[in-house]
Amino acid sequence: MSPQQSLETGTAVRAPENLTMAAALNAAIRDAMVDDPSVVLFGEDVGPLGGVFRVTDGLYAEFGETRVSDSPLAEAGIVGTAIGMAMYGLRPVVEMQFDAFSYPAFQQIVSHVAKMRNRTRGKIPLPIVIRIPYAGDIGGVEHHSDSSEAYWTATPGLTVVSPSNPADAYSMLREAIASDDPVIFMEPKSRYWSKASLALPVQTEPLNRAVVLREGTDVTLIAYGPTVKTALATAEQATAEGLSIELIDLRSLSPFDDETVGASVRKTGRAAIVHEAAQFGGYGAEVAARLTERNFFYLAAPILRITGFDIPYPSPKLEEYFLPTPDRILAALSTWEWS
Amino acid sequence: MSLNVESTPLTAVLAPPPLRLIDDTGRAVAESESGGFTLPSVPTLLGLYRQMVIARRFDVQVTALTRQGRLATYPSALGQEACEIAAVAALAPQDWLFPTYRDSIALLTRGVEPKDILASFRGDWHSGYDYHQHRIAPQATPLATQALHAVGLATASKLKRDDTVALTLLGDGATSEGDAHEAFNFAAVWQAPVVFVVQNNQFAISVPLDKQMACRTIADKAIGYGMPGYYVDGNDVAAMYAVIAAAMDRARSGNGPTLIEGLTYRIEAHTNSDDPTRYRKTADVDLWRSRDPIERLEKYLVAQGALSEEVRAEIMAAAEKLATTTRDCMTEQAVIDPLELFEHVYSTPRAALAEQRAFLAAELDGDAAASAVISEEGTR
Repeated sequence: MSPQQSLETGTAVRAPENLTMAAALNAAIRDAMVDDPSVVLFGEDVGPLGGVFRVTDGLYAEFGETRVSDSPLAEAGIVGTAIGMAMYGLRPVVEMQFDAFSYPAFQQIVSHVAKMRNRTRGKIPLPIVIRIPYAGDIGGVEHHSDSSEAYWTATPGLTVVSPSNPADAYSMLREAIASDDPVIFMEPKSRYWSKASLALPVQTEPLNRAVVLREGTDVTLIAYGPTVKTALATAEQATAEGLSIELIDLRSLSPFDDETVGASVRKTGRAAIVHEAAQFGGYGAEVAARLTERNFFYLAAPILRITGFDIPYPSPKLEEYFLPTPDRILAALSTWEWS
Repeated sequence: MSLNVESTPLTAVLAPPPLRLIDDTGRAVAESESGGFTLPSVPTLLGLYRQMVIARRFDVQVTALTRQGRLATYPSALGQEACEIAAVAALAPQDWLFPTYRDSIALLTRGVEPKDILASFRGDWHSGYDYHQHRIAPQATPLATQALHAVGLATASKLKRDDTVALTLLGDGATSEGDAHEAFNFAAVWQAPVVFVVQNNQFAISVPLDKQMACRTIADKAIGYGMPGYYVDGNDVAAMYAVIAAAMDRARSGNGPTLIEGLTYRIEAHTNSDDPTRYRKTADVDLWRSRDPIERLEKYLVAQGALSEEVRAEIMAAAEKLATTTRDCMTEQAVIDPLELFEHVYSTPRAALAEQRAFLAAELDGDAAASAVISEEGTR
């Protein structure tokens, strides 16, 4: 096979490899660092250890201390210094080690990362990627399994995305790093070890688009990040029961792809959204509200949310009762009147 | 029981006398007391004097405009001119300044036009100057957050092997924030070319420093981070300039950060909506008025024969000219475009924002059409 040139990067297309999502993310950061000397990487344990999930494995050895560094253990410091670096022409990629560990950085993200471009009338853009391993289903102890996406999606100025598979993980992270807007990159921890055969550099749909993963006629089932796998299993199970589910992987939470999702909902007339985060004030509330506002006369039934309960994330032995399952999703869909 | 221990705070008991090069009476201190710092030359001091006088005239003018209700708010730096002007004077052209909301006179001294400084206080936009031209970050409102930005920029400068140094201004209250701690620590660990200038004006709105901390001085904290700290008379511009300039040299030559505390006093209220009589005595304010940084330097310069009536008249004229420019810029109506609200949020256009922009545009067209009808009826 002769190596082709990727339009995007000029990097030669490599032979297909069986890659985990963690390895695909690693390759995305590496390739971005090779292509653009202004990309720097820092955070907690991202250096010689390669990150607690090994997403940054080998990068310290390859690029050295000036471009890959362990920072002091302080998330506001990590994001705050990334802002200053971006102001001076670098493109920092930083890691919040776990979802709940991002909270000390909340002020820096919400008051500065999100607002700087607007405050300065576009004169100071902040091309920063904040990687956040998030959500549960890995038996994590307390504070290691939060789904905090709604804090970020409620903040104008942030782009919030979450890949569900290795190909998207690579492509979306490359695009996030290349973007002049700050991106909150939510990595579903439970999918880090999922595998796919990829010929890198792979380029999937644009960062701001949702994709129809599986076509169907009866229901639009909307998922993102960790629940895409759950939704896919649900769709397969539903087929056996004679129900045709159209599955949408949102990929981008902010912006929301009204066009793709709206078209599907107008086709099926029914929609449900699945996420791990608690329901009240969660991301699903926005999805249900805007789909209803825009497509009310196409809807045969109210839009459903199948989510975590409105409780703090449970301990490992109890999380199976908390997380949405195909059975729970199908049970919810069966509460609709099907005439 | 009060959380605040009922005993005399260490801050008052143990704080050493701050480093100064010119004392309260306007006389140079003995070399043995100058902490190894050299008194700046008379031409340098005259330049600092000129900038302080002009800055104060601006500050007084803007406070007056605020009292007239023509600005939403203005945090005054009256009495803190020595810290502000020394910090800016120590910057090289390539250096970056990270100011707070109280540091408008620092912006002025680095060359920002009054109309651009006042854009945010007038309410035109959240910030309104050319950051890259002046190498000044937007004035930060969330406390101590800008200190981390300064450390980040300084670190980027170091990574690029540039000789740019970052200087950030902080208040005493801000040093209680976690971001201040993180900034000091990151700077020291990364040996970032950054200088922290803390203006200890002794009050965080109404709360005195002994309710912020239990140590002697803010400068003492530097030792815990592994960087040098200096406790300086913040009303002595000669000392502030000498110490900050040395710290800038130190940062530029690759020797890392420095923490400098300038002991000063906020003569005015926190902002126009504050009532300082509730938390401090008039006698204290009067005492600090008598320690005025401009008067102190003036005494020194007069004694040196460097401040003739001619020179003084030129400075006063320049200050009055600036006051006029400042008043005049308030009469110019800023161009406000409601549709600009959507323009700068993202570099990548968003369909949902385009919809909201169109909504507002239609609303504005409707208003325009409605007022056209009204004015037409009015002319009949």
